[in-house]
Amino acid sequence: MRKFVKGNEAVVIGALYAGCDVYFGYPITPASEIAHGAAELFPQMGKEFLQAECETGSINMIYGAASAGKLAMTASSGPGISLMQEGISYLAGAQLPAVIVNVMRTGPGLGNIGPEQGDYNQAVKGGGHGNYKSMVLAPGSVQEMCDLTMKAFALAVKYRNPVVVLADAVLGQMMESLQLPSAVAPAPDTSSWSVRGDAETRKNLITSIYLDPDRHEVHNQLLQEKYERMKAEASAESYRTEDADIVLTGYGSSARIARTAVDRLRADGVKAGLFRPITLSPFPTLQLNRALKDRKVLVVEMSNGQYREDVLLHLECRCRSDVRLVNRMGGNMVKVEDVLNAARSMMEARR
Amino acid sequence: MIKRAKGFYETFDRKDGSRTTTFCAGCGHGIVHKLIGEAMADLGLQDRTVFVSPVGCAAFCYYYFDCGNVAAPHGRASAVATGLSRVLKDKVVIAYQGDGDLGAIGFNNAFQAANRGERFACFFINNSLFAMTGGQMAPTTMLGQKTTTTPFGRDAARAGYPLRVSEILAQLEAPVYIERVSVADTKRIMQAKKAVKKALEIQRDGKGYAFVEVLSPCPTNWRMDPLKAAEFVTQEMERTFPLGCFRDRSAEGPVKPMPIEVRDLLDLLHASEGGIDPRPDPAFKEKHFKFSGFGGQGVLSLGLVVAESAGKAGRYVSWFPSYGPEQRGGAASASVVMGGKEIGSPAVDTPDVLVAMNQPSLEKFLPTVAKNGTVLYEESIPLRPAAPQGVVALPFPAMRIAEEAGTPKAANTAFLGAMMELRLRDIPEAQVLEALDASFAEKPALVERNRKVYAAARAWAREHLA
Repeated sequence: MRKFVKGNEAVVIGALYAGCDVYFGYPITPASEIAHGAAELFPQMGKEFLQAECETGSINMIYGAASAGKLAMTASSGPGISLMQEGISYLAGAQLPAVIVNVMRTGPGLGNIGPEQGDYNQAVKGGGHGNYKSMVLAPGSVQEMCDLTMKAFALAVKYRNPVVVLADAVLGQMMESLQLPSAVAPAPDTSSWSVRGDAETRKNLITSIYLDPDRHEVHNQLLQEKYERMKAEASAESYRTEDADIVLTGYGSSARIARTAVDRLRADGVKAGLFRPITLSPFPTLQLNRALKDRKVLVVEMSNGQYREDVLLHLECRCRSDVRLVNRMGGNMVKVEDVLNAARSMMEARR
Repeated sequence: MIKRAKGFYETFDRKDGSRTTTFCAGCGHGIVHKLIGEAMADLGLQDRTVFVSPVGCAAFCYYYFDCGNVAAPHGRASAVATGLSRVLKDKVVIAYQGDGDLGAIGFNNAFQAANRGERFACFFINNSLFAMTGGQMAPTTMLGQKTTTTPFGRDAARAGYPLRVSEILAQLEAPVYIERVSVADTKRIMQAKKAVKKALEIQRDGKGYAFVEVLSPCPTNWRMDPLKAAEFVTQEMERTFPLGCFRDRSAEGPVKPMPIEVRDLLDLLHASEGGIDPRPDPAFKEKHFKFSGFGGQGVLSLGLVVAESAGKAGRYVSWFPSYGPEQRGGAASASVVMGGKEIGSPAVDTPDVLVAMNQPSLEKFLPTVAKNGTVLYEESIPLRPAAPQGVVALPFPAMRIAEEAGTPKAANTAFLGAMMELRLRDIPEAQVLEALDASFAEKPALVERNRKVYAAARAWAREHLA
């Protein structure tokens, strides 16, 4: 079954196939269609939709619903996601599953509603307080807006951890053909830890407070061990990288622009490839090194180079000056032509 | 210290295994805890209850209450309780909040939850200051009262007036029950006990939101002995915060939500309309379209019909609109890319085909058209900028054709007819008409009218453009 839909609509479809029980949200461009879709579809599936009074409200309502072992989500963009950071830290501390979709717009401050990828560090490094990590998935198409939202719920439950779907305004607003998932995921068994107001879970407690420093250190260590285990989920896509002299890398809609540039470079006889991380946290370090080793690297992103910093951090070898950046900010997309020019000048410099 | 009370754990194992509490001598929290525990046990609710602890002196409700327990972030117990009660039908949810927690940082969450009539009981402990953090001013601090952040006494000109939360919530329609009680002496405790029980009965019966404000002594931060502190409640606090019931609709039934029919997911998604899998076709050269004009001229839907028909014909295709404030009266444009493999960039910087329905968009996008590209623009545009070399620019009377065909608003559909006649896209007409008809699925009367405009436009283009 196929349907021609917006990326934001695909998120709602993915959530429904994941078995999401409840949506809490607050309007913001360019994420609002997710709330519109949830408001229309969730009640007709016997699920809950609630427009919260603010994003602080949304994320804490998620904390409540997740405490009951239910699958809960919200979606927002930059300023709204910033307001949720305390709540995301609490979700991580209390080990609660939740899915937070960020359809990135520009910043800092109010910025505008154009596409940007400036929330990379906030999502990947943990925008709230404390020693925690969210998982971060980066869709690159309308299909992945659906599929990765669905996967986000599975990972959130598996690791009892908040999962951020880090999209951008282009992916949210564009339409493509979506292959619907084959079946709705079965409801997870959360009875060992959730608090559902029944005899079975009466003994359970959801909290992130441990007054005793030693006890709290143990809690922190357990979290770090969990983050180590999460590394097994790292995934990425490599496109025409096997024989590449230059590898373009980017995520989300920037990767699509890079992909077009790769095909154009190949048509001109330049051996170019694309490395696209699908998980940003855990970072696909192994895959990155396999694809980028001994190659010229050109990072394409709609931010001040936040993703490039991670490429440098995770790259094991080579002269770092070879990792260049072509970027735009403020709501402008990187133009394919700009990528081509940057790539050609890197290739010429080699000769 | 709390005497062995109903609704509590036998020993407080989450604390230290003892049976002593964290509260100071003369503190009201212990009494309120006891009243809630008793009511919960007497009503037989422990297997049905989730208790939400706040941040503050009462942060450790889960040390004591023998039921499901959740510890909320500071100020957010009402939001957390909302999340719980929304997914736990027929359960009892309790939020316990202090006056800094609820009255200051979390006021909007509490207020809005009350206004929605969420199904939980909120116990609001008013001791006129932030106790846990060291006796700072709370919204409930009384005029002239000294705290660590009002060392000269609360001054209305600098710090405003004490917030009467019960009176504020009583302005709202939704709450079922609102009462302010006190735990300063035995007589008052008996009244508080009734109020606590009523709030939980309302939850047991699923009737809606119940709010009980409790005036509670804080000898430590008031720097008084327990007796003096109890006196301060009755003689000072009750003058600013009079006791009493502000709302009781507990005898009425719950407000029933409007029923919404539950449907099958595939039915909901109209997935039966379907679509076919795109076919890889390496020989097909990617084509880039830009549709532009005023918001309201239908340029986005024109692009969508073109994109959907390409999809129906088995092409890979993407559609990307200008969005946000632009769609409310300003310039609007849509980029459509179709290809024989997965689409890379959905943005169209250099269109092969440009449709311009107004002058600003013609001026803006004409210089960007690819070599050998084609431009179709509204003929009535007065100013005609020169087309770049190798670009064919064709004026087309879309508005006139649409008007003459009886549907002036369908100029966008006229452009579709011209595009088909000019073979700007290699898509069978059947798919185009299918997509066109589908775009008016919710306004069936417009299907035939748009078909008429389409046919007229195609005929005109055959005669004048082809």
